[in-house]
Amino acid sequence: MGWFSGRKTVYVDSDVLVVGGGMAGCGATYESRHWGRDLKVVCVEKANIERSGAVAQGLYAINCYMGMQWDENQPEDHVRYARNDLMGLVREDLGYDMARHVDSSVHMFEKWGLPMMRDPETGRYQREGKWQIMIHGESYKPIVAEAARKAASEVYNRIMVTHLLMDEAKPNRVAGAVGFNVRSGDFYVFRAKAVIVCAGGASHIYKPRSVGEGMGRTWYAPWSSASAYGLPILAGAKMTQMENRIVLARFKDGYGPVGAYFLHLKTYTQNGYGEEYESKWYEHTKALVGDYIDRHPVPTCLRNHAFLQELKAGRGPIRMVTTEAFQDPHKETVGWENFLGMTIGQAVVWASQNIDPKHTNPELITSEPYVMGSHATCSGAWASGPSDCAPADYQWGYNRMMTIEGLFGAGDTIGGSAHKFSSGSFTEGRIAAKAAVNYVNDLKNEKLRISEKQYEDLKKTIFQPLENYQVGRNEIVAGTVSPSYILPINGLQRLEKIMDEYTGGINTDYMTNKPLLTRGLELLGMLKEDLDHLAAEDLHQLQRAWELHHRVLASESVARHTLFPRWPGYYYRGDYPKLDDANWHCFTLSRYDRQSGEWEMEKIPVHHIID
Amino acid sequence: MPTFVYMIRCDGCGQCVDICPSDIMHIDRTYRRAYNIEPNFCWECYSCVKACPEHAIDVRGYADFAPLGHSVRVLREEEKGTISWKIKFRDGREKNFVSPIRTTPWGSIPSPAELARPSTEAMQSQELAHEPDALNIDKLPALTPRKVKQGVV
Repeated sequence: MGWFSGRKTVYVDSDVLVVGGGMAGCGATYESRHWGRDLKVVCVEKANIERSGAVAQGLYAINCYMGMQWDENQPEDHVRYARNDLMGLVREDLGYDMARHVDSSVHMFEKWGLPMMRDPETGRYQREGKWQIMIHGESYKPIVAEAARKAASEVYNRIMVTHLLMDEAKPNRVAGAVGFNVRSGDFYVFRAKAVIVCAGGASHIYKPRSVGEGMGRTWYAPWSSASAYGLPILAGAKMTQMENRIVLARFKDGYGPVGAYFLHLKTYTQNGYGEEYESKWYEHTKALVGDYIDRHPVPTCLRNHAFLQELKAGRGPIRMVTTEAFQDPHKETVGWENFLGMTIGQAVVWASQNIDPKHTNPELITSEPYVMGSHATCSGAWASGPSDCAPADYQWGYNRMMTIEGLFGAGDTIGGSAHKFSSGSFTEGRIAAKAAVNYVNDLKNEKLRISEKQYEDLKKTIFQPLENYQVGRNEIVAGTVSPSYILPINGLQRLEKIMDEYTGGINTDYMTNKPLLTRGLELLGMLKEDLDHLAAEDLHQLQRAWELHHRVLASESVARHTLFPRWPGYYYRGDYPKLDDANWHCFTLSRYDRQSGEWEMEKIPVHHIID
Repeated sequence: MPTFVYMIRCDGCGQCVDICPSDIMHIDRTYRRAYNIEPNFCWECYSCVKACPEHAIDVRGYADFAPLGHSVRVLREEEKGTISWKIKFRDGREKNFVSPIRTTPWGSIPSPAELARPSTEAMQSQELAHEPDALNIDKLPALTPRKVKQGVV
């Protein structure tokens, strides 16, 4: 078979392999070198680490900074904040651990050259809100990438990692990863003693509001292709809180951020008739969720709830009142630079539609759902906690190690630890890396065993879509319609339609129920079968094909976990309209068996370690 | 808004191809110049626009919601350490903004390998690189086992 025999295989052996070079991956790479001076540290990235991951475009704020040096906040305070926002369900050990280290990461960024804004009166970092500080972060990612490049033994750009390799000498132990170079088409076998998955969360698993040219203007980057979940799920790692997708109230069409507007510029929302509306829904929400509505700040999902109810009552659009704040030229500058620093597309939308927020109050909208572990939600792999404070149920080995030996994670990959954002993801990468170095050192000279068969089988699987195209293409005259194959975009749009209609997307106002989820899972099962018939015309489409594989696995996990009824405002279960803490104040865990295709689900108690 | 490339400015250097996080800037084989092969996977992140030495790449708002006639142009100057923006509205109004991008020379970050080697004891502690100094407080906070609640709620 010419498609496989002529293809070059490149072997890369390392001690620590970092998969994904975004914020978490750069933190992991840097820290691996600090603690593992003599180890070989390799970072592999599907794009170019200079501008990859969710921070590629830049950021105008660092959303997680304690300010312990000025006694602004303590790590315990952050745990209470995240726990409140997530209505009680966070891994407090993981959150505490991240929060106690995050300030040192931010101080490193400043030392490396990231321009921080400072309060002219106090000289402290300029606060946007209690946890957020403001930065001129256009080059946030290039700066952090420079540190990672200096630290790494080797950085491999433009390699799409598709699967993890497993050790054949010891059950349930990772041994590396495989993928392909999207430029040369070479097959890459990364053999490693420890692997840290720092890949991205999931955009484009739900149908986005914009489906034409604008489908790329998702809130989370279109290149966040759920590899954070696809890689560990297929290897058999346990996942948690995959039902806890995030829905964001953002500026319409561009999905420009609202944090600085609410917190720093003190803008506020009103309905289409200029009325305040959140308080109107207080009693209604209280009947649904009890006293969570009385918490401060009000959990994000419950604020979404009021927004959605007001729209459904026919009193849209919801607008952000900017015309008052923007009379102050300084605030006007902050408002615009906020977008130019991190969501340029929103500036384009406003320029194109003649929306000057000084004179017009711009519309807001709730986004399609996303799945991620680093923002205000905590989907991801179930990980072991820090040895000094993790409850026994949450501790089985090295910090941030998943339920697979030698497999670590950070950022979007690790579940249960919301509100990490960019700085916390970088920090979690550092935490995972130190643990991974200790793991490698403790292994001493233990050898990995990976048979040639394991990676040759994967090689055939990975490049199959190229052959599917070449063979199937001859069956038809021209065009994209074939009876034998589907293209990655066809599969992606089918996935988005299934998730949207059956598992609580925008089309149903985030509503679903058990019969819908059951039907959705049947359709997802057929889509999974059809993935064997994906066709890729070139290496770029081959990348899209494997991104789709990861998205489908993550989506199936989301659908299974959504049988867990808990998150009004993120999704609704028509069959469980009220929050049921008596039965569901717990973590849901799932494990996928790649041989049988079956999912095992379990509940794990929530331990609170902070008062 | 997806990117596009002006024919007369692009010289086919490929810097946009190298930087694009979405792998959608490719070189056209006939014209030997770059173009956006997949506009519906463009995030408008401007990475390619900023990287283009010929200023050949621009953006036209997503056709499904952005009316024509606008522009958002950028000049990123690494040596000066600044980024400059010019926003032009459909009705002709303009706004200009300039921000710093970096306070240190490019390439000046040291590798952690150049710094002192950590001790064996430090390997086993909860501290990360450069801690506790980099925290700007005396020591890394910890929850003592006494403080850790083990109860299930």
